[in-house]
Amino acid sequence: MLSLDQLRFEVVRALDGVAVGEFVEGDELCVLSLRTRIVEVLQILRDDPAIAMCQLMDVCGADYPQRPERFDVVYHLLSLRHNARARVKLQTDATSPVPTATGVYPSAGWFEREVWDMFGIAFSGHPDLRRILTDDGFEGHPLRKDFPLTGFVEVRYDENQKRIVQEPVKLPQDFRNFDFLSPWEGMTAVQDEKREGEGRG
Amino acid sequence: MGIIDPVKLAKANQLAASMGETVDDKGYFLAKLDDLLTWARTGSMWPMTFGLACCGIEMIHAYMARYDLDRFGMMPRPSPRQADVMIVAGTLTNKMAPALRRVYDQMAEPRWVISMGSCANGGGYYHYSYATVRGCDRIVPVDIYIPGCPPTAEALVNGLMQLQGKIRRGNKIVSGG
Repeated sequence: MLSLDQLRFEVVRALDGVAVGEFVEGDELCVLSLRTRIVEVLQILRDDPAIAMCQLMDVCGADYPQRPERFDVVYHLLSLRHNARARVKLQTDATSPVPTATGVYPSAGWFEREVWDMFGIAFSGHPDLRRILTDDGFEGHPLRKDFPLTGFVEVRYDENQKRIVQEPVKLPQDFRNFDFLSPWEGMTAVQDEKREGEGRG
Repeated sequence: MGIIDPVKLAKANQLAASMGETVDDKGYFLAKLDDLLTWARTGSMWPMTFGLACCGIEMIHAYMARYDLDRFGMMPRPSPRQADVMIVAGTLTNKMAPALRRVYDQMAEPRWVISMGSCANGGGYYHYSYATVRGCDRIVPVDIYIPGCPPTAEALVNGLMQLQGKIRRGNKIVSGG
């Protein structure tokens, strides 16, 4: 069992000059990496015996449209030997590909396909970068902030053509946006935080 | 066809009564072919298992010991060729829609479809999603809609009994009887 401080110490030592930085938030260690050096960072975290992050739990994306490099790619790692977890983050934009992690963690294959499917972040060197979750012939990347919730097409069975056809979305009633910060429902923790912030301001 | 002629009906009943006397106590009985068919159809509705989401769990509950759909002669079939009823239990996604239609097309006539739960009825919770079909009746013709999210196993059993009632009411091979 590695305490968070020990883990942070070991990670800083092992990644000296390789990673951009690291921080602890909510008792979780997060390492920042450059897009071009991500494979190196993951390799060190996996192979350094004092860290031994031998499992890749998840790769996911995040979209911050206001940033010049709008996407984050986030790698979640687990060390079974030390019972410790870490997170590695990098920033990228819609056009620059991220080096694939499949060489270090074979399980990254499907995770990276999912990130490609949902965010349109390309991974260079990936053996089979296809969509994984969405429909065949789906256009767009649904988890981008500029993707409309209802998408662009809907399907139905056409009796004349005897097959499923795609049509532009037609909704009898528009989506109604409910306010989840209302006092009656939703995330009370967020609400309390907001109220405290207002009190200070 | 369609209009009941009282004279013809009386004659038919007379004929049936006399035939009944003839075969009585000889190991035979008289029945209308219609009644025989509906009895057979309602007594062995084999559902195609199409559990797509959480409704599928309630469907499993209905099959298990407490509600025991076997009592109604309903046995889940893994193959559409052997199935009479398709229970669409859960959210139908755009990706699944062609598969659902193919399974429906592979079922032998007569066939029925039960749409189970809000998602299958009209998209439900995922109505505004980019990936969901807003109701499985866009893909296949539906006989019975069961509301609920998910409907309880009792609701499914009730829906199946309503489908039995629908089969008894319709599908007559001889009309005017």
